[in-house]
Amino acid sequence: MKNEKNLNSNDIKQYIIFDLEEEEYAISIEEIESINRIQSITRVPKSPYYINGVINVRGDIIPVMSLRKKLDFYEDVFTNSTRIIIIKKQDASIAIIVDKVKEVIGLDSKNIESFQETNSKMGADFIKGVGKINNRIVTIINIGKLIENIEDELCNVMR
Amino acid sequence: MDVMQYLQIFIEESREHLQNLNDNLLQLENDPDNMDILNEIFRAAHTLKGMSGTMGFNNMQKLTHIMENVLSEIREGKLSVSSKMVDVLFKSLDALEKHVDEITEKGKETSNEHKRLINDLSSLLEDKKSTTKKEQNRDNNMIGLKINMGLNSSENDYIRDVISEGKKVYEIKVLLSENCLLKGARAYLVVKNIQDFGEIYKATPNIKDLEDEKFDFEFSFIVITLDEKRIFEEELSSIAEVVSVEISDYQTNMKTENTQEQVDTEKIIVKEPEKEEKQEIKDEDKDKEERKSEDKKLPSSKTVRVDITRLDNLMNLVSELIIVKTRLEEDAKTNGSNEAVEYLERVTTNLHDAVMKVRMVPVERVFNRFPRMIRDLAQSLNKNIILKMSGEETELDRTVIDEIGDPLIHLLRNAADHGLETSEERINTGKPKQGTINLRAYQDGNNVIIEVEDDGQGIDYEKVRKKAIENNIVSMEASVNLSENELLQFIFVPSFSTADKITNVSGRGVGLDVVKTKIEALGGNVEVKSEKGKGTKFIVRLPLTLAIIQALMVKICNEKYAIPLNIIQTIEDIRIEDIKHTQKKETIILRDKVIPIIRLDKELEIQKDGKKEQANTLTIGFIIDSLIGEQEIVIKSLGKYLNSIKMIAGATILGNGEVALILDINTLV
Repeated sequence: MKNEKNLNSNDIKQYIIFDLEEEEYAISIEEIESINRIQSITRVPKSPYYINGVINVRGDIIPVMSLRKKLDFYEDVFTNSTRIIIIKKQDASIAIIVDKVKEVIGLDSKNIESFQETNSKMGADFIKGVGKINNRIVTIINIGKLIENIEDELCNVMR
Repeated sequence: MDVMQYLQIFIEESREHLQNLNDNLLQLENDPDNMDILNEIFRAAHTLKGMSGTMGFNNMQKLTHIMENVLSEIREGKLSVSSKMVDVLFKSLDALEKHVDEITEKGKETSNEHKRLINDLSSLLEDKKSTTKKEQNRDNNMIGLKINMGLNSSENDYIRDVISEGKKVYEIKVLLSENCLLKGARAYLVVKNIQDFGEIYKATPNIKDLEDEKFDFEFSFIVITLDEKRIFEEELSSIAEVVSVEISDYQTNMKTENTQEQVDTEKIIVKEPEKEEKQEIKDEDKDKEERKSEDKKLPSSKTVRVDITRLDNLMNLVSELIIVKTRLEEDAKTNGSNEAVEYLERVTTNLHDAVMKVRMVPVERVFNRFPRMIRDLAQSLNKNIILKMSGEETELDRTVIDEIGDPLIHLLRNAADHGLETSEERINTGKPKQGTINLRAYQDGNNVIIEVEDDGQGIDYEKVRKKAIENNIVSMEASVNLSENELLQFIFVPSFSTADKITNVSGRGVGLDVVKTKIEALGGNVEVKSEKGKGTKFIVRLPLTLAIIQALMVKICNEKYAIPLNIIQTIEDIRIEDIKHTQKKETIILRDKVIPIIRLDKELEIQKDGKKEQANTLTIGFIIDSLIGEQEIVIKSLGKYLNSIKMIAGATILGNGEVALILDINTLV
């Protein structure tokens, strides 16, 4: 019921569903490099508040962003199910911390509604749409926009 | 024919030839009768002409053609080398360089036809007009013959080069049986068999036509190989329906048989003795360019050009391997000693060294343009200068090499302009008329030192002092107490120049500070020593590589940081009572010197709990909590997002996989 895999249809895309403060979010699987357990994060002085620091992922130094802080939820709460999702990007990967990674789901594009004001605190910019799976609702994050936004912000903060 | 795919090769080779020409022309100027040098120059010019012609760069070709004529006259003893001639030739080289630059940027040569240069060159030939004509006739003759052989001049040049590298070039003619059904397939087999042993340089008819059966029963190849003829004969005659195979040496020698420069098509056995004779000629050629060929002329078989990013990638992988190894070592320690891990350690160390070596380039790459530069400088400054270079073989990481050219040019110009006096002044002060600039490179531990030393007038400390006061860098009173060494530091201050007049060589005061910043950005430093009347010496110290540095690992509270070892002077234990406050700043007196202290925990916004203190002291002190030890670390970038954080120079991965940040001390001071 959850994993409706109908790969013959081009409209179905795979999404990773994760929890963030009791809400369910999704990121397209194509944009994800890997999902890691929480590891020791090296704090970087004078970096923006939502950057927890940097980690070593197979020899690459990658900045880690707390999605909780970035999206104005609460302070970080690290539990056993906390995961770091590494977002693939050609010139600069970035990692995000999420509360819990749940599953991979195939979503048909007809089940995705374009975003209308929900109770999410995220700016509408970062949201691609809302996916419906039976009676669950997941917010699909536009990772490209999110990263773009970080880039701009970071560059401004630094200067 | 689409030649653009060869553009990159053309550019690289042209640059090599131009460098070669520059070097040799300089030598020729000092040693005008040396035939070897002259031949070398002629050969390079000739190749350049052929290359530019093939690529359709007509202006380049015209210029090199006339240069070649002049050179040929010299070679035949009809003209003698004069300084005016060398000047014109140098100018021509500059013009050619401009063409190549333009080609690099825009893919086409400059439209400048260099009429004046060509006129200058022609006027050198003027009184020898009749001989020039003869020369051209000879050229024409040759071209006619070359067409007979189906090869154009640049192809012939190539063949000559190949022969001089000691390879063999054969012409192979194959005749198929007249009732052969699958001509194309047979031809294909022949081609394939030949390719097993050598390279087909040219096929008549061409390979595509051969495959499409567009030929009668005979076809021929020009093959470059290292193997003997016999092998080809055996291989080819074993193919069914091949009636006959004729293999002969391919000859491009222009001098021997001018009337009928034919390709000998005798059978191999008959040919054997003659072959030896030709081998000798080849050997002679080979001797001449042995020096060159060792490092430049064998690219096809001995060297590979690799994109630097691939090497970086390899380097990253090796670094990763080292990290994993360290981890394994720690595991092995707890489980008792492990032979395999020790072996792994040895292998990774060797691997690391090997990869580092691949990235190393001799400083010669930068140095080789300096003799020419100094020559031109000497002329424009009207001084008599000799540049002595040593240690050109010293190797540096590619990334460093690419950056040190400009700083060194600054230092050399400085030495030539400010350092050395004019000939008259030198004679008056009892020095040899010719000023000397020494450029030395050598390795010193993990550093490479490059020294630029002149035997000129030295730095006038009084002048520096005056200038410093004039420029409000230092007060009159304070200046009195400055040591010579402190005064010398002023010359690195932006827009500080002691030159009385501004020349177009130097003196605008934009030089030395740029040099200093650049070298420091590379992780090196510049020192200067000067003695009035005796000369000045700049000592540039550079790290062997930018990728790996020696660092001191320190702990501040619970965070680990790396401090580059080269900037640390001493490490001291200090007591809290010893810390004094002056002007609201913490300082400490160490060996009678007042040293400001920076608390790294504050600078780095670390929440501090402990109380014990220890400082590692440079001319500025930093307070840290504990030392972890010295370690070789691999520098990694923090990536696009965090790169702009000032006090962090980068990050490194520790043995346990954690990340430690590298402090950029210069920005903290």
